[in-house]
Amino acid sequence: MSPIVQTVTRWINSFIFIFGLYVMLYGHVTPGGGFPGGVIIACSFILITLAAGKEFTFRLFSLKQASVVDSLSILLFLIIGFLGMVFGNYFFANFLPPGEAFRLQSGGTIVFSNVVIGFKVSAAIFAMFLYLSLFRLEEGAGEE
Amino acid sequence: MIYGLCLLLFLIGFYGVVVKRNLIKIIMGLIVMEYAVHLFIVLVSYQRGGIVPILEEGQKIGEFVGLAVDPLPQVLVLTAIVINFGITALVVALAVRLYEKYGTFDVGEIRRLRG
Amino acid sequence: MTPYIIIILLIFMIIAALVALETRDTLAAVVALAAVGIGTSIAFLFLGAPDLAITQVVVEVLVLLILIRATISRDVTTIQEGKPQFGMTIAVSSLLILFLFSLHMVEVLPVFGLRAHTGLAGNPSLHYLGEALAETGAANVVTAILLDYRVFDTIGEVTVLFVALIGVWTVLRKKGRLRGDSDSVEGMVKKS
Repeated sequence: MSPIVQTVTRWINSFIFIFGLYVMLYGHVTPGGGFPGGVIIACSFILITLAAGKEFTFRLFSLKQASVVDSLSILLFLIIGFLGMVFGNYFFANFLPPGEAFRLQSGGTIVFSNVVIGFKVSAAIFAMFLYLSLFRLEEGAGEE
Repeated sequence: MIYGLCLLLFLIGFYGVVVKRNLIKIIMGLIVMEYAVHLFIVLVSYQRGGIVPILEEGQKIGEFVGLAVDPLPQVLVLTAIVINFGITALVVALAVRLYEKYGTFDVGEIRRLRG
Repeated sequence: MTPYIIIILLIFMIIAALVALETRDTLAAVVALAAVGIGTSIAFLFLGAPDLAITQVVVEVLVLLILIRATISRDVTTIQEGKPQFGMTIAVSSLLILFLFSLHMVEVLPVFGLRAHTGLAGNPSLHYLGEALAETGAANVVTAILLDYRVFDTIGEVTVLFVALIGVWTVLRKKGRLRGDSDSVEGMVKKS
């Protein structure tokens, strides 16, 4: 990509990442939630991929790591559900106290579910984009 | 009037799926159809002068229940948006694979080449 | 005020959808499709659903990226459309008939802007609105329903996304196809 894109990416990329974290963490107080926050984080990685190429991105967050994060997040989500079964009465019971309203600590397990879903979605969408784009790069490199 | 326009948007997407021969155009028709359906569900749940179903500090619960729009269709549509994104990615992957195998996005051409 | 804004947005979206489906240039068509998505997002914002608006914008950007990545630099502009005029006429006329019949369906629906969900007995929405803060502690009722009352929906959603990722990987992988290796399906069939 051109130097303009690279420079602007270097400036704003961390802000995109932090905004994604904010949307993810405060999903139970403000509009947002796990899915949009995860997609925003994935978009920051996709922006790096578009600007600096895939070799640079793979040093930050490789495809294998993405799939590991993806699978682990689903496992953690189910573990939260089974913890609700242990400490509460039923699957995905909200066993933590509701807490003080309108603060980050409110909502019991909702915060943890949001974070887990956010990481799962970001890893899945980053991997999906990489599969779709890597295929094209391989095809351009040469036919088998 | 509004429901009719939403229906028209849905039928435009359906027209794209039925008539077009380009695979990318068919995928676009699918996406337009799903947008129309999401918009229709949220339109039915709207009420005049409704507020956002998010509590603010110092708001009375009684007033909030009387004014807020129905949150349940929004949740269902939120799930549907995510699932439709998965469907779109899968369909694009299938289209790319077909292009690699047959060298074209034309549906009729693919059908002719298969035999 | 809101119904007029929604009508203007819907007309804009219909025009953008027609442009997206009828343009020859694929890149312009993808951008017009993005206009449809942004129109949907603004409509959600006016209809009191900011969660949906955020999600719609974000998903729209991703669909745009994926479609551009999938279609750019491929030879896609050479497809000639609409040679069989007869079939197209039948399709368009039957769609018009479908539209005229379904306009009667619209009359059955509740009037736009009416508070519809209070009239139904046993509707859970009022319980969610009234009790969500006390029961779960989350101020955002949509998130409270999504991750507490109806969390099985969310499990299903996450599972569908996971399966979609596996499907994309399976469809697009190079290895295991057309080679006759021992790890490909054809190779295994040949050996056995």
